[in-house]
Amino acid sequence: MKKLIRVFVPFATGVLFAVGLGVSGMTEPSKVIGFLDVFGGWDPSLAFVMVGAVGVSAVFYRLSFRCSAPWCEERFFLPTKKSLDFSLIFGAVLFGVGWGVSGLCPGPGLASLMTGKGYGFVFVVSMIAGMVVAKVYQAKGPFARPALSKSKGA
Amino acid sequence: MTDIDMYYALIGGLLIGLAASGLLLGSGRVMGISGILGGLLDPKVKDTLWRTSFLLGLLVGSSLIPLMGFSALEIPFHRGLVSAGVGGVLVGIGTTIGNGCTSGHGVCGMSRLSPRSFVATIVFILSGVVTVALYNTVFGGGL
Repeated sequence: MKKLIRVFVPFATGVLFAVGLGVSGMTEPSKVIGFLDVFGGWDPSLAFVMVGAVGVSAVFYRLSFRCSAPWCEERFFLPTKKSLDFSLIFGAVLFGVGWGVSGLCPGPGLASLMTGKGYGFVFVVSMIAGMVVAKVYQAKGPFARPALSKSKGA
Repeated sequence: MTDIDMYYALIGGLLIGLAASGLLLGSGRVMGISGILGGLLDPKVKDTLWRTSFLLGLLVGSSLIPLMGFSALEIPFHRGLVSAGVGGVLVGIGTTIGNGCTSGHGVCGMSRLSPRSFVATIVFILSGVVTVALYNTVFGGGL
């Protein structure tokens, strides 16, 4: 039973996340590009999505600080890294360029697979290739992985 | 953006926030899509069960989007497969070395007041804004 819940919670939240993306319009690259196009016909939709999402989850993140463990796991698994280092900034710059070029980020990219269109498929295959290349480079190179905390959330 | 779009954006955002909250309080994990997917590509990461079920849920949920009457990739959009490929590679590399994307840094990280996530979110939005401005100037109609 415990195992079933452990599988069900991520599955259900995955469904909810995708439905939220669909309702918000963020599976449309044109809406994302519209948000980034501040010098053109700016579309602020993405800002409203962020306000809604952060508004809700900030409350529950605060609530989680008072819990010793989540419902169906032994502990919380939250990032503990604090440093504002080069890899964080450089990675965010590269991600922003890719986001602006394609109009997709990882969530909407995966969601767009289900449209069966080539655009989403090419994006996802390329993204996975980029992730694998970066991980191979990380294993030897200067970009370190973040540690996961052993205790409850930061 | 019409008023209706604004309400849909806000309601969709609330649902995304609820999903992030559910994964945190239920499974104790950050709902960062690049991190969840990236973990499955990393032989050192062993917790594949929750990652796989989340991503399966994401795909099942996505297939519901058109059934609920919402569009995905339907609005005319003047970018071709070259943009999808180049953008995809950069998103993959960038989210891996920067440890997160719109959901991980933007939603979850800002919700837990992580300075790293605030910085990353500001940087990738600015980078995206500059990119779109340059793209429109250089390529005009699309690549």
